[in-house]
Amino acid sequence: MYQYDQYDHQIIRERIAQFRGQTERYLAGDLKAEEFLPLRLQNGLYVQRLAPMLRINVPYGMINSTQLRRLARITRDYDKGYAHVSTRQNFQLNWPDLADVPDILAELAEVEMHATQSSGNCIRNTTSDPFAGIAADEEIDPRPYCEVIRQWSSFHPEFAFLPRKFKIAVTGADHDRVATEVHDIGLRVIQNADDEVGFRVMVGGGLGRTPVIGSVICEFLPEKHLLTYLEAILRVYNLYGRRDNKYKARIKILVKAMGAEAFTEKVEAEWQFLKDTEATLTQEEIDRCKSFFTAPNYDVIDDEPAQARVEHLAGEHVAFQKWITRNLFPHKVSGYAAVVLSLKPTGVAPGDITDRQLDIIADLADKYSLGEARTTHDQNVVLADVKKDDLFALWEEAKAAGFATPNIGTLTDLICCPGGDFCSLANAKSIPIAEAIQRRFDDMDYVYDLGDIDLNISGCMNACGHHHIGSIGVLGVDKKGQEFYQVQLGGRSYENAAIGKVLGPAFSQADVPDVIATILNVFVENRQGDELFVDTYRRVGMAPFKERVYAK
Amino acid sequence: MPNNPKIIKDGQIIDNEWLIVEDAGSSLPEGKLLVSLEIWEAQKAALIARGNIGVWLKNDQDPASLAGDLQELPIIGIDFPVFMDGRGFSIARLLRDRYSYKGEVRALGHVIRDQLCYLKRCGINAFDLDDDIDIEQAVHSLNDFTDGYQTDASQKVPLFRRRA
Repeated sequence: MYQYDQYDHQIIRERIAQFRGQTERYLAGDLKAEEFLPLRLQNGLYVQRLAPMLRINVPYGMINSTQLRRLARITRDYDKGYAHVSTRQNFQLNWPDLADVPDILAELAEVEMHATQSSGNCIRNTTSDPFAGIAADEEIDPRPYCEVIRQWSSFHPEFAFLPRKFKIAVTGADHDRVATEVHDIGLRVIQNADDEVGFRVMVGGGLGRTPVIGSVICEFLPEKHLLTYLEAILRVYNLYGRRDNKYKARIKILVKAMGAEAFTEKVEAEWQFLKDTEATLTQEEIDRCKSFFTAPNYDVIDDEPAQARVEHLAGEHVAFQKWITRNLFPHKVSGYAAVVLSLKPTGVAPGDITDRQLDIIADLADKYSLGEARTTHDQNVVLADVKKDDLFALWEEAKAAGFATPNIGTLTDLICCPGGDFCSLANAKSIPIAEAIQRRFDDMDYVYDLGDIDLNISGCMNACGHHHIGSIGVLGVDKKGQEFYQVQLGGRSYENAAIGKVLGPAFSQADVPDVIATILNVFVENRQGDELFVDTYRRVGMAPFKERVYAK
Repeated sequence: MPNNPKIIKDGQIIDNEWLIVEDAGSSLPEGKLLVSLEIWEAQKAALIARGNIGVWLKNDQDPASLAGDLQELPIIGIDFPVFMDGRGFSIARLLRDRYSYKGEVRALGHVIRDQLCYLKRCGINAFDLDDDIDIEQAVHSLNDFTDGYQTDASQKVPLFRRRA
């Protein structure tokens, strides 16, 4: 993992001192609420329906056991003993006191964490593949580049007052686990025919009110040009992005209005002035960042007997067998596996985690996974480097701590925003919908039989629950003061991403589980072989679903 | 537009010598004037002959319009109508970085003191701000950060080339 040097520590210390002063001026009445607003947002602090909410960055999802323990302590000392994992791989605290936030930030800085630019109209936390560095389908580890981007985007003097928020995602694998196609900038690290490393650059994707799949504006950008090219994109956006209407202010609207080609020309023209300046990345810096993400000293393990021992135990313990079927991810190193700890047991708000559980994950990480963990875009936690021979012991401990729900990738591993229970933007609650669906589909054999399904729930158009890219998306809408839910089908977050289509008129909260049941029945009746939901939908289209759901 | 008697320049509070002129009107007043791009473009030759003229840009005006005139201009202003609108940050960088403008770049209008540090890094060295800003206090925010990761208008070497 990246480690701060004296410069990183100094910059973050100065930021906290700055924010402490701003908070004091605000509390003393010397700083207007509307002027404090962007300042607190860029330090992670929202004011929500019931209390402030502090969003703490987990840069590209990487977190170590020391940081997890500190988070646990912060949730105990400053909050109500739990936190929430967001779809941008961050942690959110729901009940901190505004006056305490500078102290919380200081506690985070001690363990090399921050809440810098986790909200506001600026460049947000860069997200990445939770299986970076260990996935067999990965071409290049994206994390060193994520760290390069983290530093460049942090406290960037020119881009702190953009037209709207700006999100960057980076992947280095064939299978896109970061939804790069629906980001303001999506980067795929690649190697060209001459073995040079670079990026395929996609711009102008996004969700929200106007979901758009991004456009590729550069097929191969050599790695040393990463920052100057990003700078050119951001400058064009900062100067020409719309500011008259916040719903038209994202870069996707600019790219659409100009056309991807004209936008690209504008970026290239700007880039000519930035290219090859001192801001160009050096090989030394790339190597320095890579040095923090080298492969650990893995034990040499013969995979076959290790796998046989796991399967033997699975034969004796059905629950373990279910868990290894759903909650493991293959590791590129022989004898190892990545484990997904599920934060989606029924009855808990998806992504919620207690202080006690944070401490336990820290312990599990130390004991079984080289002291590190990762947060995922679908609101779970990954232990990436577990020896197969440790899986059974890990499973028993994870089960006792409530993390072993064997539902990863299934219907009940749903993505869900905090919704109307917490968020002041929401039109409708989302957590009770998630729970109602989990309760309705409690027969795991049925759920397994359905195969991988992304069920994503957002409480409003802002789409924090990524409903547009769920195989089944649920969107909370407000109809004359009543909460209703629109259902969308056919979304897809990974490569060849797709935006779901609206099924038809919205439903009441009580009807949602039945509607989902009907949709699943139509899927089961129509699927061929072990076809996934998205593929059946692509083949048969919306009509059979619509017909059945709205049948009188 | 502000036109305050006192401004911040190069970290000091000094008397403001430049009067912002928004409309052409019948005739221009005496003294040092900061005129709009429209006035400049309409009367360029006369204004150059007159001397003591600077130009201020709206934040949707491209500094390229002034690229050929920079030698004539001791000062360029950038209007900040609302502090949340960050276009002026990029305009300042274009003036400094692309057009190598060496004169005074002055922020006019509504920026808050907490933006001064970033504005300075973008190349703005003077501030004629809205009345309700206490510039005695604001001047302290110019140096909230002693270093940054990126290149900027005055630091051409990014931190990654300077790390020891």
